[in-house]
Amino acid sequence: MPSYRELLQSVKDEIQEIDARHARELLDADPTVSVVDVRERDEWDEGHLPNAVHIPRGSLESRIEQAVPDRTQRVVLYCAAGNRSAFAARALGELGYENVSSLAGGFTDWKRNGHPTALSRTLSPQGRMRYSRHLLIPEVGEEGQLRLLDSRALLIGAGGLGSPAALYLAAAGVGTLGIVDDDVVDESNLQRQIMHSTATLGEPKVESAARTIRELNPDVQVMAYRERLTSETIEQILADGWDVIVDGADNFPTRYLLNDASVWHGIPVVHGSIYRFEGQLTVFKPGDGPCYRCLFPQPPPPELAPSCAEGGVLGVLPGIVGTLQANEALKLALGIGEPLVGKLVLFDALSVSFTQLEVRRDPACPVCGDQPTITEYVDYVEFCAGARGG
Amino acid sequence: MANVRIPPTLRTETGGSAEVQAEGGTVRELLADLASRFPSLGQQILRDGDVAPFVNVYLDGEDVRTRSGLDSQVDERSSVILLPAVAGGLS
Repeated sequence: MPSYRELLQSVKDEIQEIDARHARELLDADPTVSVVDVRERDEWDEGHLPNAVHIPRGSLESRIEQAVPDRTQRVVLYCAAGNRSAFAARALGELGYENVSSLAGGFTDWKRNGHPTALSRTLSPQGRMRYSRHLLIPEVGEEGQLRLLDSRALLIGAGGLGSPAALYLAAAGVGTLGIVDDDVVDESNLQRQIMHSTATLGEPKVESAARTIRELNPDVQVMAYRERLTSETIEQILADGWDVIVDGADNFPTRYLLNDASVWHGIPVVHGSIYRFEGQLTVFKPGDGPCYRCLFPQPPPPELAPSCAEGGVLGVLPGIVGTLQANEALKLALGIGEPLVGKLVLFDALSVSFTQLEVRRDPACPVCGDQPTITEYVDYVEFCAGARGG
Repeated sequence: MANVRIPPTLRTETGGSAEVQAEGGTVRELLADLASRFPSLGQQILRDGDVAPFVNVYLDGEDVRTRSGLDSQVDERSSVILLPAVAGGLS
């Protein structure tokens, strides 16, 4: 049986090695080369090659196809001294990778020669524990989780739709959640508004929501706006900077106001609305699809547009639609999947059916069209009341 | 006969039915037939022979405004959805 030293030597004889100077020249000349760090996490955390991906040696075979799908791609592997990466290079050869080199002398030699290194922002051990189920998903991973922690989502309404949306976004580690609501918790809310409780009856919803979110995930900063959304307040709120808005409003003036503001500020809106057993869901992404006015140029007259307070709603329905809104917001924040841009989903709780409809941007839209005619806030109450005669 | 999906806010006009049938070679004819079967529904969604501006009409998943409008052709397998905006969310 060979000793470790003999085995290492025979592996090194089999693979290609590249020294630090030549690796530097190669990487400078060709930025498409894949650099894979096969060390352990604590070693990676202390510094690594710029633009390297981290796949610990123990996971290399199972994760390399995700990171480097093309087996003809030039790959440079490194570890601390060039031994683990030698074995790793042989393993990639066995997997059919044709152009793999191991960095001789590893990160130690690279650093000693004064070549550039990088420090990655990383999750704390506690964060790695809390978000471990996200970290296991290649499409999220540590990078995606850090992205979520840097994300800012604004929720319009801390009610039926806002409750599940805010809870799931908070649990997912969306770092900053803004909540706009001027209401207080009422007993009739508790049939569906799961962010509040019997103990918070009479409290402002934004305070009740902030406490629930803090208890769920202290990583999340809550910005509470106990106010009604108006042309004045919306500008102040949007000035705080948001990546995505989750719309769970309960009236048309607010929805049209929010639409116009989001188009002018270029912020995507995840729209949800509910009535009795049915919900509607879509994403309005300015510059990349229709806006709310393209979909509904006019609100219906009041007798055809009862609110949930007037017409009722099955308690679980906002749970389903609000959770789907959180799903869309997370996809937008992570830049994965296909957000519902230009697609309106109708959900029917009684038949458990989802119907998807196409929604196109209207070039004649008064707000997002080619020649917009509405370029500043209007009186939205009057605009929506005008529909009575329509 | 094509199927027409009625939104929840208009179901009192169809006796509670979520889906009804109507006849016609175009969306316009189909809606006229629908209005003759359910006159109060017709009063709500039609304005001078046109569809009220707050009601979207989808034919096989696409807004008729992006097809040939009310002249879009309908056949027996067509599925038509009437859809006004819904306000509800928070309250």
